[in-house]
Amino acid sequence: MTTTVERPRAKVPAAQRTPRRPGRFRKHLWSYLFLVPMVLLFGGFTVWPLMASWWYSFFDWDGVGTPSNWVGFANFAEVLRADAFWRAFWHSLVFSLAAIFVELPLALVLAILLNNSWLRFRNLYRLVLFLPVVATTAVIGIVIAILLDPAGGLVNRILLDTGLVDQPVNFLGSTSTALPTLLSIDVWKGFGITLIYWLAALQTVPKELQEAAEIDGAGFWRALRFVTLPVVMPIAIVILLLVFQRSLNTFDLVRAVTEGGPDYATDVVPTYIYRFAFDPSLQAPRYGFASAAGVVFGLLTLVVTLLQAPFLRRRLDGGRR
Amino acid sequence: MNRLAFRRNVWHLLLIPLCLVWIYPFVWMVSAAFKTPREMLIGGLSLLPDDATLENFRRAWTTAKFSTYTANTITYSIAVVVLVLLVASTAGYALARPGLPGKKVLVGLLIATMFIPHGYTIIPTFLLVNGLGLGNGLLGAALAQAGPALVVPVLLFMGFFSGIPKELEEAARMDGAGYLRTYWKVMLPLAKPVMGTVALMNFIGAWNAFFIPLVFTLGNPDLRTLGVGMYGFYGQDTTDWTGLAAAACISVIPIVVVFLFLQRTFVEGIAGAVKS
Repeated sequence: MTTTVERPRAKVPAAQRTPRRPGRFRKHLWSYLFLVPMVLLFGGFTVWPLMASWWYSFFDWDGVGTPSNWVGFANFAEVLRADAFWRAFWHSLVFSLAAIFVELPLALVLAILLNNSWLRFRNLYRLVLFLPVVATTAVIGIVIAILLDPAGGLVNRILLDTGLVDQPVNFLGSTSTALPTLLSIDVWKGFGITLIYWLAALQTVPKELQEAAEIDGAGFWRALRFVTLPVVMPIAIVILLLVFQRSLNTFDLVRAVTEGGPDYATDVVPTYIYRFAFDPSLQAPRYGFASAAGVVFGLLTLVVTLLQAPFLRRRLDGGRR
Repeated sequence: MNRLAFRRNVWHLLLIPLCLVWIYPFVWMVSAAFKTPREMLIGGLSLLPDDATLENFRRAWTTAKFSTYTANTITYSIAVVVLVLLVASTAGYALARPGLPGKKVLVGLLIATMFIPHGYTIIPTFLLVNGLGLGNGLLGAALAQAGPALVVPVLLFMGFFSGIPKELEEAARMDGAGYLRTYWKVMLPLAKPVMGTVALMNFIGAWNAFFIPLVFTLGNPDLRTLGVGMYGFYGQDTTDWTGLAAAACISVIPIVVVFLFLQRTFVEGIAGAVKS
């Protein structure tokens, strides 16, 4: 990197260069001072945790004193052999699959509808659909848990009254329905953001292009297929990546509403790791093992992300002006 | 023409019920918060309480300590916003200086971390904050919240400051303003739109944060924020629905109001993440 910066300077005649150098440094001294807080904060809370996770994962360590009991890859072996970890990973993956295959297309459909200027009240609709996004996940999750309560919760009361079910459905308390229920809440909660992403993407479609398509007599579907989607596609990859990252790291909703239960039916990797590091019912935290699980999770995420990389590269090449 | 208008209006038949179901949890929350526990138990489906009461709010506010949690949340959110604004605007200003050696490396590193999956880095973060002696305070949690949230604000400020004509800075320098003065008196006031977006995004983010406040208040329940407090309340008493609803109102309504007033800024902020 430094060579590319130095090279153009070498072309400046020496006579001009030498007197400017000390001035150059003085000129930038303040800039470097201005960067110090960011470098400290970014280094301390982003770069260092990334590296330290790796380091801790080689120790059997309960967080007291410095880690000293080096166990090599034992933590990793334990993580990879733990069925509970893989179950949690599968659930995390299901959260992102739901976001990608349910939330993403549904939000696109609504975005296309709400993007029409002839639709009245479209700003109001957009506002309503966005509202769950600004509510605290843990709080609104608990409110919904109350609505779904089997003993007197509103949803079950309606289901019983209308005769749709004979027995109250224990949405969050039974192993078969807990995960789908949480997935639905998660889609509801995140829908607004995805909708805004899509609306932003649709706004990049030039008006002239759409009008030209209309003049040429292209119907709605043809215009969508040949005008809108090709323009939106590169942004769609970014949206996909953003939605994927967000949904894979679901923690708040699961922790607050089911704590991973019943019987670990909704356990995701973040709640799995949380248990080993912070659960008060633990005799001693297992930071080393929890870190190893975090590293494995990071690597697995990286693999899944890299599977999307070919699309991403095309987007970067195409997007460069 | 009539048929076209009809076909267009038909969409409302789909959208109106969808939206009603969509915000029902919020409507229920507000309605339940004013009902007596008895009315909740007997269970009319009516949304208007027969006998509206503030007793639930009183219970949540004092007995369940939501007054403390509200104060904590406000402190925490403001601390995060101030940290992010100060750190990101100074860094963005420095990075916008033409020809700063090392700029490309730093910006590259910032962007790269956006794409590296973080897996789970709470443990080193937790230990670092404890090591700094900030483990039992909201400032430590605010640092942990602000640190990873910096990248986008830094890039936003950098982009904004790069776009300001150089003549303006030169004029300031001619008037005898130094680097610090130029930043503080000339450039920062110009950056108000960016500051607004960054402040709002991070305020809402911090207000709604759950994971970091949860981890950092495990040993000290008096420092809980609203989200963590709600979780604690639910864990203790799953049957006090009207109290929980009132507590939920205390947590959610302020941030919804903030959002409603400033929604354009917020929505544009989110949309900007995609476009850039």
